[in-house]
Amino acid sequence: MGEHPTLNRRRLLTGGAAAVAAGAALTQCGAAQSATPADGFGTAVEPFYGRHQSGVATPPQAHALFVALDVVPQGGRSAFDTLAAVLKLWTSDAARLTQGEPALADTEPELALRPARLTVTVGLGPGVFDRAGLAHLRPESVSELPAFSTDRLEAGWRGGDLLLQICADDPIVIAHAGRVLLKNVRSMTRQRWRQSGFRNAHGSNRPGGSMRNLMGQVDGTANLHDDQAFDRYVWADGTATPWFAGGTVLVVRRIRAEMDTWDELDRPSKELTVGRRLDTGAPLTGRKETDEPDLDATVDGIPVIPPNSHVALARHRTDDEQFLRRPYNYDDPPRDGRTTDSGLLFTSYQRDPARQFVPVQERLAAADALNQWITTIGSATFAILPGVAAPGGYLGQPLLESR
Amino acid sequence: MPDNRIRAAISVALAAWGLVGCSASSDEHQESMASTVSVENQWASSAETEMAAVFGTFANTGDHDARIVSGESPLAGRVEVHEVAPDASGAMKMRPKADGLVVPAGGTRELIPGGDHLMLMDLKQPLQAGADVTLTVVFEDGSTLPVTAQIRDFAGGNEEYTPGGTGSGGGHH
Repeated sequence: MGEHPTLNRRRLLTGGAAAVAAGAALTQCGAAQSATPADGFGTAVEPFYGRHQSGVATPPQAHALFVALDVVPQGGRSAFDTLAAVLKLWTSDAARLTQGEPALADTEPELALRPARLTVTVGLGPGVFDRAGLAHLRPESVSELPAFSTDRLEAGWRGGDLLLQICADDPIVIAHAGRVLLKNVRSMTRQRWRQSGFRNAHGSNRPGGSMRNLMGQVDGTANLHDDQAFDRYVWADGTATPWFAGGTVLVVRRIRAEMDTWDELDRPSKELTVGRRLDTGAPLTGRKETDEPDLDATVDGIPVIPPNSHVALARHRTDDEQFLRRPYNYDDPPRDGRTTDSGLLFTSYQRDPARQFVPVQERLAAADALNQWITTIGSATFAILPGVAAPGGYLGQPLLESR
Repeated sequence: MPDNRIRAAISVALAAWGLVGCSASSDEHQESMASTVSVENQWASSAETEMAAVFGTFANTGDHDARIVSGESPLAGRVEVHEVAPDASGAMKMRPKADGLVVPAGGTRELIPGGDHLMLMDLKQPLQAGADVTLTVVFEDGSTLPVTAQIRDFAGGNEEYTPGGTGSGGGHH
């Protein structure tokens, strides 16, 4: 993953729409080299307005907060009106905060001035379409995943009517944005779950490499990078559900790493389990992280990459089985006297999980050698709304106006 | 950038509106107060009953001060200009601001919680967060500026209200 280009807010403010569009394009390709501004990366901004919400094609920021909420209508308001109110408030707040401007009624405006590539990405869970009288407008691709045999889902990490995904290179920015976005809808929502994640701190990762997860593995090598791939695999084209054009479907799964038993494994066994080298992330048949795994290679008749290794099973077997991975690590206070509670907030973004993600996950659930050391304890699916094209619009407007 | 476009759109709209306003004015050489004033980052506090405050930043690009003296809203019995000031005991109280609110020529005037603001009095229906409230700001010369403000839950700005001498009272905020 290349460094992101830094978007200078002053230039955007003076450069007009063309500069914004160019900035968005640069950000999406994610291949340009960073030009760090003189006063550091705090002033870097990601666009808010556009065909897609930021926070999906955006090169992953260092920190992320995922919050799922349920809609709780009050004062005789309908679920539909409550949903509309939440989306309008979040649009107003996100449009300002992501550009380094305080939210309306911001009680800590100074915390908003250095957004550090803040993105706010909003999604709707499958159930809220029914509750808001929009069942006929729910994209077919937005539904709860089937149960997988290895899942050990805990109620506290499942589902949700609404998703807020807040990402930035500065955790203070995330805390402030989270506070603003959540308090402004507190009379209309109830928080269901909340998960914080992190990758390498800004600037500390090795150049050009994927992040490392807390099991020590290079994570997310097989991924989508260019605009054509995003159009093909990630963004809804609106054919089936016109209002959803430009949106995508997020699957977020909380995968606990069983670190104590993982420690018992020697390095060669760990590498055979994953099918990649721990030091370089290269497949066991290659030399560099980016080398394609050769699943047919054998030595003395034995496959170099075991057929039940994570790489062999997770790798796409049909053209459809590709999606964007944008994972974050978590490391939370352990319960029950354990030493560690860490793992991965696995996120995949795709047009249709049933076609793209589920077949891969079914293979992994059936046979992945890594299953012994990872446990999926949370799962949720959200329709990531199309972007807001221009000021004056709001997130979800095409959906709500299609009623 | 979007903000500039909004501002441009607003000033075009205001200019057009201002022309209409001027034609009715006896003084054809001076623009109406409203025609040079715009508002941004405006919002209103949510309220079930009684009253709700409106905040925002007014900017005046004209050569003359513009004085806001009152307002109108379909959702309020009346609209007052308020200030927050200490009473005899030193406690901060909210009260009508007799001389209105000046948006200085070439300058801005911020309406913020704990400071000057517009108050929607005798609400006709609850103001619920996330919805918009529309009001019309009335200037000293009779010109008016339409304002649409997003309604937001806000914990602050709870100064006790001291009704002015205009007769009708009001509840406590």
